[in-house]
Amino acid sequence: MNISLNITKTIQELLQGFMGEDSAYYGAMITVALIYLAIFAVAGLYLVLLERKVAAWFQLRLGPNRVGFWGLFQTMADALKLVSKELTGTVKADKFLYNLAPYFVIVSSLMALAVFPFTQGFQAFDINIGIFFLIAISSIGVIGILLGGWSSNNKFALIGAMRSGVQTISYELSVGLSLITMVLLTGTLQLSEIIEVQKNGWLIVQGHIPAIIAFCIYMIAGTAETNRAPFDMVEAESELGAGFHTEYSGMKFAYFFLAEFINMFIIAAIGTTIFFGGWLSPFGVTESLPWLGVFWFLAKTLILVFLMMWFRWTFPRLRVDQLLTLEWKYLLPLNLLNIVLMAIMVWLGLTIQF
Amino acid sequence: MAWINHSILKPMSYFGNIFRGIKTLLTGMSVTGKVFLNNNKNSITQQYPENRDTLKMFNRFRGEVVMPHDENNEHRCTGCQKCELACPNGTIEIIWDRKVDPETGKKKKMIDKHIYHLGMCTMCGLCIEACPTDAIVWAQNYENSVYDRTKFTRILNQPGSKLKAGVED
Repeated sequence: MNISLNITKTIQELLQGFMGEDSAYYGAMITVALIYLAIFAVAGLYLVLLERKVAAWFQLRLGPNRVGFWGLFQTMADALKLVSKELTGTVKADKFLYNLAPYFVIVSSLMALAVFPFTQGFQAFDINIGIFFLIAISSIGVIGILLGGWSSNNKFALIGAMRSGVQTISYELSVGLSLITMVLLTGTLQLSEIIEVQKNGWLIVQGHIPAIIAFCIYMIAGTAETNRAPFDMVEAESELGAGFHTEYSGMKFAYFFLAEFINMFIIAAIGTTIFFGGWLSPFGVTESLPWLGVFWFLAKTLILVFLMMWFRWTFPRLRVDQLLTLEWKYLLPLNLLNIVLMAIMVWLGLTIQF
Repeated sequence: MAWINHSILKPMSYFGNIFRGIKTLLTGMSVTGKVFLNNNKNSITQQYPENRDTLKMFNRFRGEVVMPHDENNEHRCTGCQKCELACPNGTIEIIWDRKVDPETGKKKKMIDKHIYHLGMCTMCGLCIEACPTDAIVWAQNYENSVYDRTKFTRILNQPGSKLKAGVED
């Protein structure tokens, strides 16, 4: 097995000092999981705050600014409120599936975070099929949405969930194909090696025209995959109430809500890793300080997150038929053409290498 | 957006549609982007109550009905009762009397009290439209809550005030 565990290994060696090898192995796994869970729960809250602030600035408002300095504790207070709220449900709901659905959504989005290299060696799980793992994991989230909509015993929730199924299954193709286009260039699926390849120039520069096309398709499909506006028919407020999570309240609703924002972060993080060199600094300005990679990774990711928020507050919502037309008649054929273009380019050695 | 008309049936315009679609999307994004960057100057949020000293409501704002008096304690109300008739829910009551006008010596209709129940007022503005002499106008005050319902009953003409000369002519 060609799996190296970087942070996990460090913690494991630390734990081996005072416990057995097997228990240290599992102890390290659990410690890393808890650290990631804590960090990204808080990060998700601050993404919600960022979204609200950005939304306000796009709409000539000020946004939350009362709870704490500059509203920094607003979403913390919201989360505490949600924790303390009653968990309601419908009478004829399928209780088991109804309670299971939020965990599917949140666990699948947290699992995807494990494989991202935040900087050199700062990666929980450096799996050799990294991109494949990411695509596979991001498809699991839709099961949670479908379960939630189905088991709520609410027609609006069911319609929302079915729309989500249509949308996610369609746009998965575009996300996968646009990432495969870039894999042609890297020749590896392992995320840490993809970043090694980019030391000769970020892939969006190396692959120039087809890479830019792939990036545009990836951002459109990625926005659709997270069920965000302009592709948010899943929870189209004017038509469906709150969509698949209409019947959820309290912490279960918070899981769905948090998962949406963590998914947005994941889509932006994949985009950063594949197209914009991950934790590599621009022109290698801080190459001697690898820990600054975290800063560069987060900065690039937040720029892409901002781009998705910009989409959200600019474009009107698409109808279902327009959504499917966009995917099957435009993005998918273009993507297939783009793969051929990229293959020819790699074959003829037309990539830009520094 | 360009992909609404299913013009994939016309192969010549397929790529044209894509470029037109991208162009319209970028146009929209530039509009919202400019708004985003200029937000500091243009934000329309009023941070009440921090700015209650400087907050001025706009002229069209309907706070309550008032009767302006000039420096001689003279108003423009002739007591014609058109506002009382115009009011759909009996907010205005006018108590009037025929008194001897000290200047002309004739008996004349004069208001005693122009009573306005703010608690019943729906701010429809029909009384102000009906007034032939512009005696009552909208005020722009917005902090109207009180602890006692009787405080909503207001007498609009000040004590000892009288009709301004020349209004009836």
